[in-house]
Amino acid sequence: MLELKEVTRRVAGVDHLLDVSVRLEPGVMNVLLGQARAGKTSLMRVMAGLDRPGSGSVWFNGENVTGKPVARRNVAMVYQQFINYPGWTVRENIASPLKVRRAGKDEIAREVDRVAELLRLQPYLDRKPLELSGGQQQRVALARAIVKKASLVLLDEPLANLDYKLREELRAELPRLFKDSGAVVVYATTEPSEALLLGGRTATMSEGRVTQFGPSGDVYRRPNALITAQTFSDPPLNTLPVELSGQADRYPGARTLAFRAHHLRLQKRAPEAHTFNMEVVSTDITGSETFVHMKQGDLRWVMLTHGVQVFATGAPVTVYLEPADVMQFAANGAALTPAREAA
Amino acid sequence: MKPVNQRAWFLVAPVLLLVAFTAIIPLMTVVNYSVQYVGMNTQFHWVGDLWFREVLASEKFWNALWRNLVFSGIILMIQIPLGVLIALNMPRKGWGVPVCLVVMALPLLIPWYVVGMIWQMFGRVDIGLFGVMLRDFGYNYENDPIDAWFTLVLMDTWHWTSLVALLAYAGLVSIPDAYYQAARIDGASRWQVFRHIQLPKMARVLTIAVLLRFMDSFMIFTEPFAVIAGGDPVFLSTELKQTVELGQKAAMSLIYFLIILLMSWVFYTVMTRDDGEPRQRGGAS
Amino acid sequence: MARIDLDNVRHAYGPSPQSDEDYALRRVNHTFDDGGAYALLGPSGCGKTSLLNIISGLVSPSEGRVLVNGEDVTGLPTEKRNIAQVFQFPVVYDSMTVRENLAFPLRNRRVKSAEIRERVNQVLEIVGLTALADRRARGLTADEKQKISLGRGLVRPDVSAILFDEPLTVVDPQMKWQLRASLREVHRRSRATMIYVTHDQTEALTFADKVVVMHAGEIVQVGTPAELFAQPKHTFVGYFIGSPGMNVMPVTLDGVSARIGGHAVAPAAAPQAAATSKLELGVRPEFVKLSASGIPAQIIRVEDAGRYRVAHLTMAGHPVAAMLREGEDVPADPHVSFDPAGVHLYADSWRVDVAGQAAAGKVAQ
Repeated sequence: MLELKEVTRRVAGVDHLLDVSVRLEPGVMNVLLGQARAGKTSLMRVMAGLDRPGSGSVWFNGENVTGKPVARRNVAMVYQQFINYPGWTVRENIASPLKVRRAGKDEIAREVDRVAELLRLQPYLDRKPLELSGGQQQRVALARAIVKKASLVLLDEPLANLDYKLREELRAELPRLFKDSGAVVVYATTEPSEALLLGGRTATMSEGRVTQFGPSGDVYRRPNALITAQTFSDPPLNTLPVELSGQADRYPGARTLAFRAHHLRLQKRAPEAHTFNMEVVSTDITGSETFVHMKQGDLRWVMLTHGVQVFATGAPVTVYLEPADVMQFAANGAALTPAREAA
Repeated sequence: MKPVNQRAWFLVAPVLLLVAFTAIIPLMTVVNYSVQYVGMNTQFHWVGDLWFREVLASEKFWNALWRNLVFSGIILMIQIPLGVLIALNMPRKGWGVPVCLVVMALPLLIPWYVVGMIWQMFGRVDIGLFGVMLRDFGYNYENDPIDAWFTLVLMDTWHWTSLVALLAYAGLVSIPDAYYQAARIDGASRWQVFRHIQLPKMARVLTIAVLLRFMDSFMIFTEPFAVIAGGDPVFLSTELKQTVELGQKAAMSLIYFLIILLMSWVFYTVMTRDDGEPRQRGGAS
Repeated sequence: MARIDLDNVRHAYGPSPQSDEDYALRRVNHTFDDGGAYALLGPSGCGKTSLLNIISGLVSPSEGRVLVNGEDVTGLPTEKRNIAQVFQFPVVYDSMTVRENLAFPLRNRRVKSAEIRERVNQVLEIVGLTALADRRARGLTADEKQKISLGRGLVRPDVSAILFDEPLTVVDPQMKWQLRASLREVHRRSRATMIYVTHDQTEALTFADKVVVMHAGEIVQVGTPAELFAQPKHTFVGYFIGSPGMNVMPVTLDGVSARIGGHAVAPAAAPQAAATSKLELGVRPEFVKLSASGIPAQIIRVEDAGRYRVAHLTMAGHPVAAMLREGEDVPADPHVSFDPAGVHLYADSWRVDVAGQAAAGKVAQ
């Protein structure tokens, strides 16, 4: 188990990490979700021991490892770029962590075969990495991380440079690959759907802070703050600023209502649904779904709906929103009432 | 907490030792000499800043310094554009690349003194091909100071332009194809491609080239010595050799050292001043 | 504004291509209509970037012709073709400000300075760089630089076509939405012919009116996003478009129905080619229903994507993915059935329709 306690790191007057406290368990994928420069890589570097936190401490299985250099920890890292030893064959690449550990010949052969099978690399064992496709190269890098039997595996956007379909395949395999390794696995991504599909737990990050950490589905459905909901929405979250008068509500004052794109509907399903008359800005049709960008005054919303829906630009459109799908946030961004669970 | 691992010092120690013996200790010795009068039986007498005042008051020193600056200026103005021009015309792929690189590297492999000797032979009016040719134009580098200058510049250019060219070439080949493609699409002229793509991308290596060439040309000694062999001292370095007094030599060396340091710093600051724009939260993703 | 025709274009990077495998582009015939927004979609190595570079003239094809408005431009260099192109990684002129970068292509074409100023201001607005207009390009972040590249592509008002080579690779996902919307807006207003290369189906389908799907150096289907989704002509299109992709499984014909294992899964379709071809059935996860009746299946795992879930099952020994909408539950003893509207038959990977005719044939040939 990896635990970070109030970790802060400042570089040249800029906060890269601010008061980060998380506790990461083995056996599940721990996802760091946030936009570029949210602090994901900084956090991973501190976890690995590549950087020392300015304040706070890092604990691994009960031991304080804050100042322990990376070479003396058992850490494996896989990066966005495919990093392998170009002069070695795939077999030698996979075997390299074992050779460093001075494992026996039999053990090396056995382990390489096992992991090559797991990652479907057997046909390529005698080729050089650069002769392989991007997806295969990244599999080699992953294979090295697996044979290393590291107690901490850090995956920094490992699928970002892969084709869409390869990403889909590897994403489905990743949780399975590390499930029984006993390692703490951390996975950084900018994409909300990736965080959800990996299963496991997600820490949303923004401006150097971890804004929420919990089972991915929970964080997605019950964000504790507006910034968490925004980080965890693609297409972007729709918002509606409102001012509530004192009597009708428990929390009077300015607040933000927010809901996701697929909660705007073209049909009124429930009698209590709110009705909005909007103007279509543009539509994006993906084949199975349609994104409708719409506006009214200062509001800019996007609706995600099934099937092909054609709207002319500038056409009026009436959309419905069910109160149960609406999240409410106070002026300071804190969540007031969580949206319904099944949303 | 375990104690911090101190073993790293053992790895750094040899380098520190080497630097101490090759740079720090000699420098300190020179500093020591520069404030002493050394008698015939190597007796040292404290003289304070006497040597420095003497050197700075000497007209010979200022003349030599001026000549040095002019020489370095001419060298830079010829060799940097010429080197860049050569680099621009070197092939980017194919068998021509290794051939070019080897040919360019050849002059760099020849020791300074030999360069002087080669050119002296080459320029001899009786047997040198160059000398015989130039004799007919009334050219005489051994007696005419202008011709001597010309010869020195030519020699240095022959010897060192390929260093500039190789550095510039390294900068050029690191530019991705997409830049040239984008420029073609934007309708940029050959000059604009050079001005807006190649030159900015070469700026860093050219800074290094300018620094190296400046320091080297400022320290020029062997070549004039070999070519002019015993003629009038014209540069700081040759002036230095003529001086008898150890303390005065030391003072002169130090002034010389400080000038190079200062000039290098000025060059470096001027040529890199654009680079420091802060990036917001750079690299923190 | 222009129509672009590709006439029997083939391209090989090696010196003397022998077989089809030596060609990065095997044979491409296609017309990009004037004012269309096209996406070239395919995995890496399918030849889409080669095709783009052939259109812009950065690469000249081994065989075939490129025509702009009917005029053969195959021999013309890039700068004479009046085409704008944006590359995958940011290309900016470091020594210039953002504004000067955008003005550069116009200056080179001697546009009047009042017009340049107006045009540059418009484009700054479109790509969201107004606030940084007078900063040096050198100090900016990668995605800001990419917006400059994009802006330089959009700034010329009179181009025949604007080509984009995976332009949003280095841009944040959230920013991608904005930029894609801006690009579509620019297209709507200018009606310039736009061709957008990408391996990302979402990007292709949201950008383009017509998507050109490429596979192994050939065009396998050209269609609207809805057509590609509903009527994939090739199993590759079914697999590549849609997430997860189409379920494809081998079937046998018994004269009246297509069968998987012992189960009839589709009504009679008896293509003449059946005897010799490899027959497959394709059905998208969106058309796979889980209920109490149908073919029995076992659940392997269920993925949660937030607004929907994907159930992965095995059915008669074949893996099948089914999509579950919000609120739909996985039955305890699931049975699989296929919505007939979404069932397709493929002979040797090409779609055959109910009458048994091979669908439209290979587009590229």
